[in-house]
Amino acid sequence: MENLKVLLVDDEEEFVTTLAERLELRGIQARSVIDGEIALQMIETDPPRVVILDVMMPGLGGLEVLKRIKAQHPQIPVILLTGRGSTDEGIEGMQLGAFDYLMKPINIEELIKKMQEAIKSHP
Amino acid sequence: MNSKNLWTRLTKGLLHDSDDDNANRYLILRRNIFILMILITIIPLIIMAVIYQHEYQASLKKEIVNPLKTLANKTKHSFELFLEERLSVIRFIASSYSFEELSDQKTLNRIFKALMDEYCCLVDLGLINKKGIQLSYIGPYEFLGKNYSKQSWFQEVVVKGNYISDVFMGYRQFPHVAIAVLRRTEEGRYLILRATIDTSKFDNLIASMGLDQESDAFLINREGILQTPSRFYGKILDQYPVPFPRGNYGSIVVEEVDPQNRKMLVAYAPFTRSDYIMVLAKQRSALLKPWYTLRSEMLFTFAISVVTIILVVFKLTDTVVKRVKDADEKRELAYREIQHTHKLSSIGRLAAGVAHEINNPMAIINEKAGLMKDLVSYDDQFRKKEKFLGLTDSILQSVERCKEITHRLLGFARRMEVQLVRLDLNELIQETLGFLDKEALYRNIELRLQLTDNLPYIFSDRGQLQQVFLNILSNAFAAVEDEGQIVITSWEEDSDTVGVSIQDNGSGMSGETLKNIFDPFFTTKQKGGTGLGLAITYGIVKKMGGDIKVTSKQGEGTIFTVYLPEKAKIVPGE
Repeated sequence: MENLKVLLVDDEEEFVTTLAERLELRGIQARSVIDGEIALQMIETDPPRVVILDVMMPGLGGLEVLKRIKAQHPQIPVILLTGRGSTDEGIEGMQLGAFDYLMKPINIEELIKKMQEAIKSHP
Repeated sequence: MNSKNLWTRLTKGLLHDSDDDNANRYLILRRNIFILMILITIIPLIIMAVIYQHEYQASLKKEIVNPLKTLANKTKHSFELFLEERLSVIRFIASSYSFEELSDQKTLNRIFKALMDEYCCLVDLGLINKKGIQLSYIGPYEFLGKNYSKQSWFQEVVVKGNYISDVFMGYRQFPHVAIAVLRRTEEGRYLILRATIDTSKFDNLIASMGLDQESDAFLINREGILQTPSRFYGKILDQYPVPFPRGNYGSIVVEEVDPQNRKMLVAYAPFTRSDYIMVLAKQRSALLKPWYTLRSEMLFTFAISVVTIILVVFKLTDTVVKRVKDADEKRELAYREIQHTHKLSSIGRLAAGVAHEINNPMAIINEKAGLMKDLVSYDDQFRKKEKFLGLTDSILQSVERCKEITHRLLGFARRMEVQLVRLDLNELIQETLGFLDKEALYRNIELRLQLTDNLPYIFSDRGQLQQVFLNILSNAFAAVEDEGQIVITSWEEDSDTVGVSIQDNGSGMSGETLKNIFDPFFTTKQKGGTGLGLAITYGIVKKMGGDIKVTSKQGEGTIFTVYLPEKAKIVPGE
């Protein structure tokens, strides 16, 4: 897990920066961003190993961002975060190529486990 | 106005009875329909019966009265003919013979003999002069030389030209009638020829009427003295005891009550040329016998009809009211179900919104508290580390609890993806019970399984059905005391439905609780109940095209019955 580059995308800044800090504490290089467009640019310039992506975002929605990532970088696994209990979004996301989805509030240990699984399936 | 009020009240009662008490309402409805139907069926029947009776009575009377009148008239004519015949013979003799011839005893005797041969009933014959002196006489009595000038009949014959007497008893106590005619001869002399007739012929005439036992026919004079013997009212020359119409009239029929209290129909036919009145009396009861027979038959038919109508109306009313009641109940049920579904869907949407909005700040709290915990635990120098870790853990646990609630809320609201698999319901129940085994063991709860072998497989969603049974079973566990009993039964309801019932002997529920049991957020648990379990259960079962019913008695226990189609018919959720 050392030096694992992760990009966190969520419009809720308080959430995303805190989560990034916690991951950093666990030795994961986590960068956070609150806008889909910027996230896509960052992926272009410095592709991360895993993307954690919120489904519900203003502007470019999570599923749209997911589609673009998968179109450009199919090798980057994407784990979705959803605020809604609805599994529909999660399932839709997985049909679009997301590795898995987690419901907010998340358990950080569970997130890390999911990331490890994702990396394993995307060598 | 009164009848209008009654009508309004009846129809109001019938159509818009707003009485809250349902049983009372149906009683009133039943009563009103019954009364209305009885009225509209029996009243026309009564009217018809009365009209019919009246008409029939009238026509019957006509039928009885007319023959009576005719017979009385006919007999009267016979009498008149008989008397007229005698009068005309006497008149003929008076005009054929001269005064001298008639005053001669020998000639008169010859004439009398010839008359006796031709005409019956002559008793005597005599000539009387203008002064009223009997000049000649042939007959059984000694009337020669008798002076009649002072007698009323003599005056009458002098004035009118002829005379018919009332009946009188002769010296030999036989009833007789005297007739006399007056003639003026060419020489200007007056002669009066007088004859007496034996009235035995009258009896023959009456006998020829062919009367039955209940009838009587006789003659009276204008004073009401019987001129012939009467069967009912005495012998000849007695007073006729019944008041009768006086004066001049044609033949009439009157109803009378005689001194023996018999109701009689009596025909009176007065003679035109004498003072007699032909009387024909018949007992009314005899005449109306066919009417009485018919009336009793009619009464019987009427009674039978009324009884039949009442029975039919009663049965009909019963059926109608039952139908109305059933329809009302069904409507009420359907209404409640719609209301419930509506409530579920709107609450579902609300819940989803709330849960989503809460989830985001909750996620922030979660991360912040998580970071605090991380920072504290990574810092070995941190004072009061234990205290801080305790605090952050408590926050995280609370977040976890909130998360559970919001996820359940969302789970309730979300459109569930159904995965149909072929499954054995018995197996699924046993599997579900596996989750609760420990609690059963710990609380010493008896779980009794009455599962039907060879229950048909059903196609349904395993996970969701598990949730259904888990929810119901959890409630049962909550309801029973330690060492309580829960009975689970499965059976094949019909060719495409299976049923499962879960019965506990726990505390049971009040009617009010029972009414709201499937409503979201309705809970009776003091702690930790979200009020969503049974609402979700209800939603799932309905979505599967099944049904769920619950019966409960306070203090005795509750039975949940779930009906599931063998092939789930997915009903789109809200």
